Amino acid sequence: MYKAKVNITLRKSILDPKGKAAHHALQNLGLNNVEDVRIGKFVEMNIEAGSKDEAYALAETACTKLLANEVMEDFRIEIE
Amino acid sequence: MAKKIGVIVFPGSNCDHDAYHAMKHVMNAETEFLWHKDTNLEGIDLLIVPGGFSYGDYLRSGAIARFSPVMNAVQNYVKEGRPVLGICNGFQILLEAGLLPGAMLHNEKLRFVCKNVHIRVESAQSQFTSGLKKGDVLKIPVSHGEGNYFIDEDGLASLEEYDQIAFRYCTAAGEITDEANFNGSVSAIAGITNLEGNVLGMMPHPERAMEPILGNSDGIVFFNSVFNTLQLA
Repeated sequence: MYKAKVNITLRKSILDPKGKAAHHALQNLGLNNVEDVRIGKFVEMNIEAGSKDEAYALAETACTKLLANEVMEDFRIEIE
Repeated sequence: MAKKIGVIVFPGSNCDHDAYHAMKHVMNAETEFLWHKDTNLEGIDLLIVPGGFSYGDYLRSGAIARFSPVMNAVQNYVKEGRPVLGICNGFQILLEAGLLPGAMLHNEKLRFVCKNVHIRVESAQSQFTSGLKKGDVLKIPVSHGEGNYFIDEDGLASLEEYDQIAFRYCTAAGEITDEANFNGSVSAIAGITNLEGNVLGMMPHPERAMEPILGNSDGIVFFNSVFNTLQLA
């Protein structure tokens, strides 16, 4: 059994209003060294697969078909 | 045979009854609900994918609904060139299903906005807008938190080249301004059609503006155009 950890974020070129609002609030807290905030989704999946590569391929299919919308989002997969 | 309108009901749809009422009791058309597990769209002359929060907007608006059984039938229905109108969440579902290009982001200022806005007819080429004139201004309510339409530059150029932008947000006088584009949509886009012109997605709710006694009846102007073009009356 493998564990897939997936991070989904808005594409860099797209303004992230939630990240911007959080960044503004962090500045109000005095955390002025925080320069940029991007907010995304984190998805964990337990995957039954014969190998790490196979688990990665399955996770990638899950991302492209459902979990991420590639028109506006990027995803990063880690397999453990 | 009388023409028939179908309104799809997903778990979490909440403008399905508004659409049904507008079609059945204001436009006087034969109208029926279609459950999202129905797969038979025979005899439906106009299909409405209504607004609401299908599947609680989990993951992304429309992302889960597009896997409902009815959506395979909708794909075929569209391929046959028959007309589909997606309103609000219905628009989001059609985007997720790949029946229209682009995606929806959260409103730029993060607020859920529920009010009357003005939209300008940008193209009178589609099956839905050919009874309107380019430049016509309609007052139609919006009600959404994720209506910030996004498409990349190439996609926008293509929408413009093929005259697929149906509506843009504007002022009451029909001017396109940053203020009128309240949700931050690319190029102030409020509604688009597919290349073939038989699928229209729009964020504003014409079905909520059907009766003068409720303060706004510009939705009738839009639906008259749809009914005349598709000969539904």
